[in-house]
Amino acid sequence: MSIARIKMLAFLLCLLPVMVLVVQFFQDRLGANPIEAITHETGEWALRFLLITLMATPASRLLGWRWAMRLRRMFGLFAFFYACLHLAIYLWLDQFFDWPEIWLDILDRPFITIGMLAFVLLLPLVVTSTNAMMKRLGKRWKKLHRLAYVIPLLGVLHYWWLVKADVLEPLIYGVVLLVLLMMRTTGLQGMFYKVLPGSR
Amino acid sequence: MTIIKQKNDLNESDVTPYGVYQQRRTFIKAGIAMAGLSALPSLATAKLSLGKIMPGQYSTDEEKTPLKDITSYNNFYEFGVDKSDPARNAHKLNPAPWSVTIDGEVDKPGSYTLEDILRPHALEERIYRLRCVEGWSMVIPWVGFPLADLIKRFQPTSKAKYIQFETLEDKTQMPGQRRRVLEWPYTEGLRMDEAMNPLTLMAVGLYDDVLPNQNGAPIRLVVPWKYGFKSIKSIVRISFVEKQPVSSWMKAGPKEYGFYSNVNPGVPHPRWSQKRERRIGEFRKRKTQMFNGYAEQVASLYTGMDLKKNF
Repeated sequence: MSIARIKMLAFLLCLLPVMVLVVQFFQDRLGANPIEAITHETGEWALRFLLITLMATPASRLLGWRWAMRLRRMFGLFAFFYACLHLAIYLWLDQFFDWPEIWLDILDRPFITIGMLAFVLLLPLVVTSTNAMMKRLGKRWKKLHRLAYVIPLLGVLHYWWLVKADVLEPLIYGVVLLVLLMMRTTGLQGMFYKVLPGSR
Repeated sequence: MTIIKQKNDLNESDVTPYGVYQQRRTFIKAGIAMAGLSALPSLATAKLSLGKIMPGQYSTDEEKTPLKDITSYNNFYEFGVDKSDPARNAHKLNPAPWSVTIDGEVDKPGSYTLEDILRPHALEERIYRLRCVEGWSMVIPWVGFPLADLIKRFQPTSKAKYIQFETLEDKTQMPGQRRRVLEWPYTEGLRMDEAMNPLTLMAVGLYDDVLPNQNGAPIRLVVPWKYGFKSIKSIVRISFVEKQPVSSWMKAGPKEYGFYSNVNPGVPHPRWSQKRERRIGEFRKRKTQMFNGYAEQVASLYTGMDLKKNF
């Protein structure tokens, strides 16, 4: 399959979660509290895409899936897309654009603060995601895009601080993130990457 | 010495092993079957019938939440932490036969069958608002009787300052208990004057029928001016105690869930606001009312108390 086709297919797959939500919404299959359901779903998909983005490098190096690297930017942008939906639902359907109340929420509630921070940190990455910007920033681009390690961490905390008693799900995301980050620390890099001949 | 201390005097080895207990049940059932008694309605698994239901006091005339929503959107961690889990898993609970232990500072302690508990009480319908601590609400037509009537029957002593409730603990019937998300058995409590308030209901049904398992069959508490988690489900023990009980949620988050847990838009949950709520089925959020709109009946219970401290 050509890379253009792979990209096309990946693009459609990345859109699938939101399309499923739209269909379920209009078929009244999101349960008694559909707004809560779409808030949680879009938030989880944002987090999932942040983690998928971090999987591109290991997938390419460990499994030899070179095409994964070519999709990395798309995954990152989809993380932003789902984060935008998540935030828009909060601002509109949860707070109804009550700005003073929203501002209080951001100040008072750590899980909102941290979620908002994660969203704001995504913005410079989105703006500098083009080829032209990569060229222009040179080495600084790589440094700036290390934020991609910090943002999912904030996302996991945002989720963790929201749940009432059962932290199993945010814990699972946290463990996946931890493994993905450990693969990149210099001490453990060898353990994950050495096995592959010619992968460096 | 408190009731709780006494419980600790028992060793793990004092408990009937579950296997033996199961065998006993099987043996008893076999005996009943052999004697040809299984056809008798009052024995074994006969479904509770509610009989005549009178319209009760204090009902709201707000639009009732559809039965489908009341029975498919539940926080009942004994069947799983997702709100759709109870509807899926609650069939594993067997609400009949059922018995409730009444103990502690009371003149007539003992283990009573559900039928014994219900017999003298006339059932009435109470359409109450229910406000969840998570920020959503429903309007539910409960069927039940005032807890005060039950308390009077069993005659608590003067030492009984609080009443403590426990939910069934049984991993086979309640698969959510395999993980210790909360401290099992689920425990809740009320101050005696709160328990005696005419609003406080022991519910055995909703929408004119027996309680679905996911809503706390066969008998549960309904305290409409407190957040939903105070209204403990599937009750097997009612204890009259001298000291303030510690509920499962207080143990899970002492800074977040207090003993009183009155609905109060002025006291936020440490992690989210309680000013507004989404009534299930509605698009716009509505303002949360003090004591969930029952201030007229219950505000006097808390005069002089700092409700920010006693959250």
